[in-house]
Amino acid sequence: MRFSLGKLALPLYAVIAFIYLLIPILYTFVFSFNDSLKTNLIWRGFTFDKWTNVCQREGVCEAFTNSVFIGLISTIVATALGTAIAIALVRYRFKFRSSINLLLFLPMATPEVVLGAGLASQFFNLGVQKGIWTIIIAHIMFCLSFVVVTVKARVASLDPALEEAGRDLYANPRQVFWKITFPLLLPGVSAAALLSFALSFDDFIITNFNAGADMTFPRYVYTAAARGVPAEANVIGCAVFLLAIFIVLATQINSEVKRKRLAKKH
Amino acid sequence: MAKEFIARGADLELKQIRKEFPGFVAIDNLDLHVPAGEFFALLGPSGCGKTTTLRLVAGLESPTKGQIYIGGKDVTNTKPHERPVNTVFQSYALFPHMSVLENVAFGLRQRKIDEPLVKAKKALNLVQLAHLADRKPQQLSGGQQQRVALARALVNRPSLLLLDEPLGALDLKLRREMQIELKAIQMEVGLTFLHVTHDQEEAMDMADTVAVMNLGHIEQMGAPEVLYDRPKTVFVSKFLGQSNLLVGDVTSTSANSISIEVGGNKISVPKDRAEKHTGKIAIGFRPEKAIFHTKKPAANSATNVIGAGEIIDIRFTGVSNQYLIEVPNLGNITVFAQNMGQSPVIELGEKVWISWAVEHTFGLSDLPANVEQA
Amino acid sequence: MAFAAFGSNNSSKPSKPTKTGKVVIALLAPGLAYLGAFFLTPLIALIMVSLQIPDPAGGYAEYVPALEIGNYGYVIAEYLPHILRSFAYALAATVLALLISYPLAYFIGVKARPWPMLQKLMLTLVIAPFFISFLLRTLAWKQLFSNESWIVTTLQDSGLLDQSQYVVGTPFMVIFGLTYNFIPFMTLPLYTSLERLDIRYLEAGSDLYASPAKVFRKVTLPLSMPGIISGTLLTFIPIAGDYVNASGDFLGSSSTAMIGNVIESNYLQINDYPSASALSVLLMGVILVLVSVYVRKSGTEDLL
Repeated sequence: MRFSLGKLALPLYAVIAFIYLLIPILYTFVFSFNDSLKTNLIWRGFTFDKWTNVCQREGVCEAFTNSVFIGLISTIVATALGTAIAIALVRYRFKFRSSINLLLFLPMATPEVVLGAGLASQFFNLGVQKGIWTIIIAHIMFCLSFVVVTVKARVASLDPALEEAGRDLYANPRQVFWKITFPLLLPGVSAAALLSFALSFDDFIITNFNAGADMTFPRYVYTAAARGVPAEANVIGCAVFLLAIFIVLATQINSEVKRKRLAKKH
Repeated sequence: MAKEFIARGADLELKQIRKEFPGFVAIDNLDLHVPAGEFFALLGPSGCGKTTTLRLVAGLESPTKGQIYIGGKDVTNTKPHERPVNTVFQSYALFPHMSVLENVAFGLRQRKIDEPLVKAKKALNLVQLAHLADRKPQQLSGGQQQRVALARALVNRPSLLLLDEPLGALDLKLRREMQIELKAIQMEVGLTFLHVTHDQEEAMDMADTVAVMNLGHIEQMGAPEVLYDRPKTVFVSKFLGQSNLLVGDVTSTSANSISIEVGGNKISVPKDRAEKHTGKIAIGFRPEKAIFHTKKPAANSATNVIGAGEIIDIRFTGVSNQYLIEVPNLGNITVFAQNMGQSPVIELGEKVWISWAVEHTFGLSDLPANVEQA
Repeated sequence: MAFAAFGSNNSSKPSKPTKTGKVVIALLAPGLAYLGAFFLTPLIALIMVSLQIPDPAGGYAEYVPALEIGNYGYVIAEYLPHILRSFAYALAATVLALLISYPLAYFIGVKARPWPMLQKLMLTLVIAPFFISFLLRTLAWKQLFSNESWIVTTLQDSGLLDQSQYVVGTPFMVIFGLTYNFIPFMTLPLYTSLERLDIRYLEAGSDLYASPAKVFRKVTLPLSMPGIISGTLLTFIPIAGDYVNASGDFLGSSSTAMIGNVIESNYLQINDYPSASALSVLLMGVILVLVSVYVRKSGTEDLL
């Protein structure tokens, strides 16, 4: 193989690009071990303290718990509503398809400030008190479209003959859905749920407009940014990161193992 | 062992079925009666409506007009899961998230039959796949999947079994084996089978009755030999096997036969084998029924002769030689000569006459599309 | 499918749509009603609020319904610099993101095809920044480029920067942050498009005497255009409305304020709801124009 500089250029570029992408993560990770006081700007020393006593910093764990709670509720509702829409869009023919596609697409294309300000105005007009539930309502709204996109791809690859076979074999429509359609859609629905949770957990702008005094984790970081974000926030950020990477790798490995097992044909 | 599965096969009746889809009519004026216990083949090219017919019987579609009766009961408005009918799908449609055993047991579970797994195991025994009961469908070969699909349908002892081109995805050898197996099971168990296919050899081989479908209606129906020996329409004559067709006006009639004049030749067909007796008609004969002569044969009331024509193509297909002969004013005629082990007597360019028995001629009810209609 | 990025499974067997009727309505109604109530209605609310005027009889931050189109005029005049700046930054960041992401996406989607596990790993690395709060990521850059940081002091010492010049708070820093945060949005659609590129087209190009550069320009680039377009849309639109990066607490300063910052401050701090809403509507309007141009070219089925 002729050694040519040209062939090396692209892989080298990729390596540099990946380093560039991962620098902030490394930085955050490193500084989560900083023996810092109130702010986390200067390196003072290495310690595991922040990891073991994460909740000692006031507000961090509460914000984290709020984010998890909001994320769970929003995910469940958005996934249910979005899955139903995705099934309808793929499996049925009806008028207004284009309008509905457009309506579903718009929230993804609208800048978060507009979404946030709009909802906040709406709540204001209706005299609704801003709080955890207004945040949840907002999150469900913008997660919905992402769920539809993700599930739609999965529904499209589902052979309709399978459901027909179910009906042919004496299953009524409800049984067909729960015994055949849903188990086969589960991978897509799970992916959509994960995406939805991630979007909700990390959301700041829309949340900021629609929260009252309640803190979510991103809000906590934002308000703390002026004074200095404590290392405990880094800890939580990194913990979530590690968990997410773990889940992604685990599902990849799991499907790889499954694939290898199924490939053993006779 | 198959006797354990005997339910009485039911008969099927379709009355005046019409099925519309947005933008086109798939089936119109369809009448069909399949007697109980029969192996019935619905044969036709793609798009002729045969799969739609099957789906109507299964209940997966509803007819726009008409009624469907199974075993004498009107099931037109019954849902699929309430009909005593099971389908073997073209793509098998085995549930990928269940084991082979669970697939077969599915219908039994839905109907709350007890001991579903025991019965499923027995069905798998019938198709000799019991040893793969715990595999997932994706781990099986095409032929094995097809047999699982069959077991899954049969285990429910349906009165009527629908098969939607189930052998299409199999290679030739496997297809032949499955044809024999399917036929054996059907005869043993006594169920009514409705088999949809575009493969005319398969239909003629397996079925007691064949219905040829075209453009949403049935052109002709009957025993395979009858259909082959006496096609009634141009479509059937060309879809089942090959035919040579000649078009001409009826010039004379006798007590038993009618004759047309075409290209200077007088061709006769027995009256009881002709659909139309007057006007411009199309008559035909099968290539394997004809022989050719290097000298013009003597005239004979039992034989039709045309010629002389020139051999323009010879094809060797192992079993036979196929000759294409161009006869002036008549067109191209195909003749099959069984390969008896002698080298061909005839070569390209030779002038020959073609003859065949009058009793092998058939008269059709319509005319070929490229001919001016009478 | 332009926007079906995010690693969705694009192998779709065409499934025949069957019947309409009650089932469809039951499936669609809840979700669509939700969007109608919490997406469409708020947008309408925005428009309404944008036309309001201060309550003559009321106190601070009280407005009454009106039809004051003049609000728009005021807002455009007052904040024109911010509007232009936002789109300028968005354009710069989008172009930069495209330039940075394209080779990366090409490497993963085309060159790394023989190694699917490696492809998946690299895609995970691209998405990895998503898994850590984007505020924390942005803060990390702020610290790395802060006035006392190693990077800045080195640049100052080497003479590339004046002693009094800083990096954080400059347009450069804001654009840098915006680009960084939205690279995954650009890379994934590009990857999806390039992943489906049939290598044989490139081979045909070389077979027909085209140099690698020409093959890229005349074959690869046009064929990856759907990915470029959807990636560009997916990046430009959110960037235009971003305000975290440009905020004084993060990478910006008061001189780098974007539309998002203005809307945020008007809404949450000054409580000038009509102005904030008018700006939001304007921003939304520009977006809709861009989307409609796209839809006209590719139809709505491609959107999702």
